[in-house]
Amino acid sequence: MLNTLVRRFAQMAFVMFGISVLVFLIFFATPGVDPAARLAGRNASPEVLAAVRASFGLDQPLPIQYLMMMKKMFITQDLTSFVNRGQMIVPELVQAAPVTISLVVGSALLWVGLSIPIGMLAAAFKDRFLDRVLMGLVIVGISPPVFWLGEITNLITQSRYHDTWLFSWVPPLGYIPFSEDPWGWFKCLVLPCANVAVLYIGIYARLLRSNIIEANQQDFIRTARAKGLSEWQILFRHSLRTSLITFATLFGLDFGFLVGGGVLLTEVVFGLPGIGKLTYESLRVLDLPTIMGTVLWGAFFVVASNAIIDSLYAFIDPRARHAS
Amino acid sequence: MPPDVSMATVPPLLEVTDLRVAFHTERGILQAVDGVSFRVEAEEIVGVVGESGSGKSVCLMAVLGLISGPYTHIEGSVRLMGRELVGLPNRELRKIRGRDMAVIFQDPMTAMTPVYTVGQQIVEQIRVHQPLSRKAAKARAIDLLDAVGIGAPAKAADRYPHELSGGMRQRAMIAMALSCNPRLLLADEPTTALDVTVQAQILDLILRLRSEFKSAVILITHDMGVIAEAADQVMVMYAGRVVERGSKNQLFANPLHPYTWGLLASIPPLDGERVHRLPSIGGLPPSLLDLPAGCAFSPRCRDVSARCQGERPVLDRHGDHARACFLPLESVAAQRRAGLAASLQPAEAFSE
Amino acid sequence: MADTAAGLTVSPVVARPALPARGPWATAMAILLQNRAAMSALFVLLCIIAACLAAPLYAHQIAHVDAFQSNVDGEIDIDGTTVAVLEPNTEGLGLGVTPIGPTGRFATYWLGADSQGRDVFARLLYGGRNSLMIAGIATVICLSMGVLVGITAGFFGGLIDTGLSRLLDILWAFPVFLLAISLSVVLIHGVQLGPLSFDSGSLVLPILIISCVYIPYVARPVRAQVLTLKHSDFVLAAIGIGVPSARILWRDILPNVMTTAVVFIPLMMVMNIGLESALSYLSVGVQAPDASWGTIIEDGQGLLYSRPWVALAPGIAIALTVLCLNILGDGVRDAFDPRSQVRPG
Repeated sequence: MLNTLVRRFAQMAFVMFGISVLVFLIFFATPGVDPAARLAGRNASPEVLAAVRASFGLDQPLPIQYLMMMKKMFITQDLTSFVNRGQMIVPELVQAAPVTISLVVGSALLWVGLSIPIGMLAAAFKDRFLDRVLMGLVIVGISPPVFWLGEITNLITQSRYHDTWLFSWVPPLGYIPFSEDPWGWFKCLVLPCANVAVLYIGIYARLLRSNIIEANQQDFIRTARAKGLSEWQILFRHSLRTSLITFATLFGLDFGFLVGGGVLLTEVVFGLPGIGKLTYESLRVLDLPTIMGTVLWGAFFVVASNAIIDSLYAFIDPRARHAS
Repeated sequence: MPPDVSMATVPPLLEVTDLRVAFHTERGILQAVDGVSFRVEAEEIVGVVGESGSGKSVCLMAVLGLISGPYTHIEGSVRLMGRELVGLPNRELRKIRGRDMAVIFQDPMTAMTPVYTVGQQIVEQIRVHQPLSRKAAKARAIDLLDAVGIGAPAKAADRYPHELSGGMRQRAMIAMALSCNPRLLLADEPTTALDVTVQAQILDLILRLRSEFKSAVILITHDMGVIAEAADQVMVMYAGRVVERGSKNQLFANPLHPYTWGLLASIPPLDGERVHRLPSIGGLPPSLLDLPAGCAFSPRCRDVSARCQGERPVLDRHGDHARACFLPLESVAAQRRAGLAASLQPAEAFSE
Repeated sequence: MADTAAGLTVSPVVARPALPARGPWATAMAILLQNRAAMSALFVLLCIIAACLAAPLYAHQIAHVDAFQSNVDGEIDIDGTTVAVLEPNTEGLGLGVTPIGPTGRFATYWLGADSQGRDVFARLLYGGRNSLMIAGIATVICLSMGVLVGITAGFFGGLIDTGLSRLLDILWAFPVFLLAISLSVVLIHGVQLGPLSFDSGSLVLPILIISCVYIPYVARPVRAQVLTLKHSDFVLAAIGIGVPSARILWRDILPNVMTTAVVFIPLMMVMNIGLESALSYLSVGVQAPDASWGTIIEDGQGLLYSRPWVALAPGIAIALTVLCLNILGDGVRDAFDPRSQVRPG
């Protein structure tokens, strides 16, 4: 037990290390590109360029540069943005986190809450009218780009129909912290969460449907019928339960990805100052230190969620518990 | 076709009359079960033997009402304790399944849901049919596990199917099937997936089911050894049809159908002269889409005549021993010996 | 046969049409051709591709516009009246200009103008050409590389496998989107690799970036499949008789992997179109003066409330293309699924 935990942790550490090296290489060592100019941002003056070179040790061999960057990032925590007048990056990240987390948790509740019934109904009524309608809606829902969908939502709710009773409650684009106004916080998140959820409801409903259909072909479903269970009992207790294993695994991975900044586009479109928006802002001005920070944060969450899912897998799938 | 009814006055536990199951496929109609009739008395063990494709499992599924769908066609009569099951709506069948009739499947590993413990699955079956509390049901489940010979039943109940050995898994399945005291148990090759030593134990258990639990058993197998061990009555199936039917003693002492001869002859003998080459039935199992007009076994039969190829034999009854064959009864014994001798020699291939 | 235990409680798998035995490709093709939804989707897709390829034809012969030239002072002729392409604002404070909206005339600024006075519909077609081309080429590269890496790691095992797998793990853990953005940002001003140099406007950069980030997505399942195949009985038997590795690869492993790869094609196209449009929207994908559907959406952002069609049209185009690809993708997947059913006619 302890052995596997240690092994898993070591693996996670290795991957994080690998990612940090990769990030470093991308920003510092891409052939044909000058790192100092990247770091200092566009149109940097020669003094700034020289300062950057010194601070990051760009004249030193690559491994030293890597260590210096890591030190600035984690130990001294004084990684500052050259473009944003000395703004410290780590605190900025910490401040943006609750926004992203609120958005992702809200979306997750919506998408899990809706995709399970939709997937189940579609599987239960396979190839009949309800199934076709649901799957048709779903496949349309996953087609538009998420940022475009957000723009259209804004068009409708902020501009065209804003004055109608339907959407007059929609606050202007932006974030209202929970501590400031809980109801406002809720209102400002409803549409962005729905925006993210549309895509994921589609993906997960389709996934669940196909898993349930596959589970229904298994022998144990036949046994359940032979025991005298009704079709709905079989669906809920046997097909669904077995299908939820994959569902939960993928959910964990996607959740980790989104919290790490995968909701970037939605945050931008709805003006929510989360990690994703921070990444975007730093992109626009080519503020490399901030980009580095946000990318590492994102990668960390993906790796962490992978590790958590791996550990929990034995919990959700009894077959994995006693791997000999 | 007149129903094949015996003279007994007590209605049998299960009476199947002229059961037909057809599947409509793109390549034609597949008659998986073609006019099968048999009966099972209370506390009787009926063995159904035949090779793969003979229709034995389809027959079992049809009795349970587990075959359905737009491309399936079921005809005939299946009466359980006098009640007709064919055509009964699923709502009613559900009450019967698991309570009056229960199934033991071939592979207990895949037949049980992997994410629930064995105890949970037994409890589920109990509570579907009986208004017991969870605690009471669990206690009963543990009793059942004990009754089928699982040591430390309380612990076993909390185990997942994959955590048990093959033999214990099958015992657990049997326990689950017995949980509502069904009058009839249907066992679909219950020992095939098990080791030989465990097979013997499970067969013992099945025999005990009859005496202790008062259940009748329909035992499907392709293994004549299992039949010899456990069955009272035997039914031999081929290509969806019954070719011979009788008591075990009758069948082993005086088998009347060439297919049965082949099945019996292919059992390796444990005593007597050492056989250098095991006799086998020449040819291949038939494709159900492409059966000959007359007797289904005719392409593989040594004693085939022109009549066999053109006309389909009906099940003839001679007392309690029935067979579907045109071979004159008098010459049966002789033909069988001749056939056995011939098959022990280096064989020239049969006509197929 | 019908006697086997599994699958008896559901409708039995209906056999395929009674035709002489064919290989998996021919069978899959037959099933796909019977799939009406997939065929309709394919048809629409081909229409979209044709329309986009005809972009120069439309721009030069029909509309007589230059989709890439700024046209701030331009004027067009609508039913005899001369109208400025960028009209001065009359509402609000009366400041600035607003491009004209959809004119309803197919040959003249059908969807209106963007903030630079350019014909939106013409740009839509050119943009589509770029988006589809980028996604298509990226799909080809990504699948080839992914299959190559997957087979190498899976078949040869040992150190090669360990090394490649670790590398794939790291790449895989890097959120795809962030990786793409990072690479795009770094390479945005062009790159110089010895004799090769790519300018910032070159479309090669987005293509390479998009194809690279999805390589682990393909390589991992391919590797898993190769591993399963390697341990399957028929391959073990082949090795046992002494068939050389190259032949096993060619005859046993590759055909199976190819079917997986084919099923991946529509899926990869969807993901690539999505990624490209997102990157272009964020201004790190296709660069001006080139257009893609993503860049046009970004152009239309500023005009969203006044002239929504600039942003609406490319989004609808993407949605429609992706929808067709998804439907087609489902069809392709079903066609190769050994359990897929064909209804009796």
